[in-house]
Amino acid sequence: MSALNAAAITQAKAWYWQRISAMVLALCVLVHLGVIIYAVRGGLSAAEILGRTHGSFVFGTFYTIFVLACAVHVPIGFARICEEWFGLKTSAAWLIAKALGLVILVMGLRAVYGVVL
Amino acid sequence: MTPSVLKVKVWRGKQNGEFVGYEVPRLESQTVLDVVTYIQRSLDPSLSYRFACRVGMCGSCAMTVNGVARWTCRTHVSKVAQGDALEIAPLSNLPVIKDLATDMREFFDKWAKGKGQFQGTKTRHDEFEQVRPDSRERAAANAGIECIGCGVCYASCDVVTWRPDFLGPAALNRAWTLANDVRDNAQRERLKAVAGDIGCHSCHTQGSCSERCPKQIEPTAGIAGLKRLTARAAVRGELE
Repeated sequence: MSALNAAAITQAKAWYWQRISAMVLALCVLVHLGVIIYAVRGGLSAAEILGRTHGSFVFGTFYTIFVLACAVHVPIGFARICEEWFGLKTSAAWLIAKALGLVILVMGLRAVYGVVL
Repeated sequence: MTPSVLKVKVWRGKQNGEFVGYEVPRLESQTVLDVVTYIQRSLDPSLSYRFACRVGMCGSCAMTVNGVARWTCRTHVSKVAQGDALEIAPLSNLPVIKDLATDMREFFDKWAKGKGQFQGTKTRHDEFEQVRPDSRERAAANAGIECIGCGVCYASCDVVTWRPDFLGPAALNRAWTLANDVRDNAQRERLKAVAGDIGCHSCHTQGSCSERCPKQIEPTAGIAGLKRLTARAAVRGELE
């Protein structure tokens, strides 16, 4: 397998994962916005939010999935932007993008942990 | 009121050149190709341009008219002239040979690179393959099959400008029609050829090709189809 073909396979797989994660995100964002609009009708405080989310398996699962989808989706697009806008080599672009993905994953899961547990 | 004289600026020279002004009588139902032909026959016989059929079949007369790539034989002056002004240049993204004639070798070489050749298994002694006209594949192939190879999409594609090795909309559209040809047996090689940076994954889905295709083909849709096919093949390990 040539290097060119390997790069093409990576691209094709990356596109697949970005597409799948986009489908998940589209659903998550809709639910997320819907819940916000529903929840703030009578005003909202931090205590109220935590009261609802604390110990909630549903909230925990939902936002874990949300964070995972972000951590997959963002780096793929970001790597492309690094290549096309900043002229980085593919390897450098992916390194930065994966680091960003890791940051999103850690910060996102930490936030879920903080709100749910 | 229609002006009686057109002020036409035509690109003269090669990659380095300049616009030269000509005055051409305005006629009813005049096409841009008529204007160029008048200039060559009546004003300056040294003007080089390319055409053949004059009826929108051969795909050889495409030029940049007032900044937009068009097939000139089927483009009426009344549709594109800004007042009495017309600016005619060679197609973008292709090397200029002289005046309005571009070197289209790379454009067509990319069709070959994208495995644009039909590869069948049957001979004249075999029975005809039955392809249902209402099958999904046949409908997808039909949508892209009328390409005349004029290069308008290629000249309109910003990705080709940024990334000269990108195969471009026409070559990928051709690959897409063959990817939907159930008689073809080079599908794997074709998907390998159109995956990645030089192929479908560089497309930004801006849609200039679909907007400007004189045959109303949508290469953007075909390229999206190739992305789906290559993704499916890649996750199944069929591209290795």
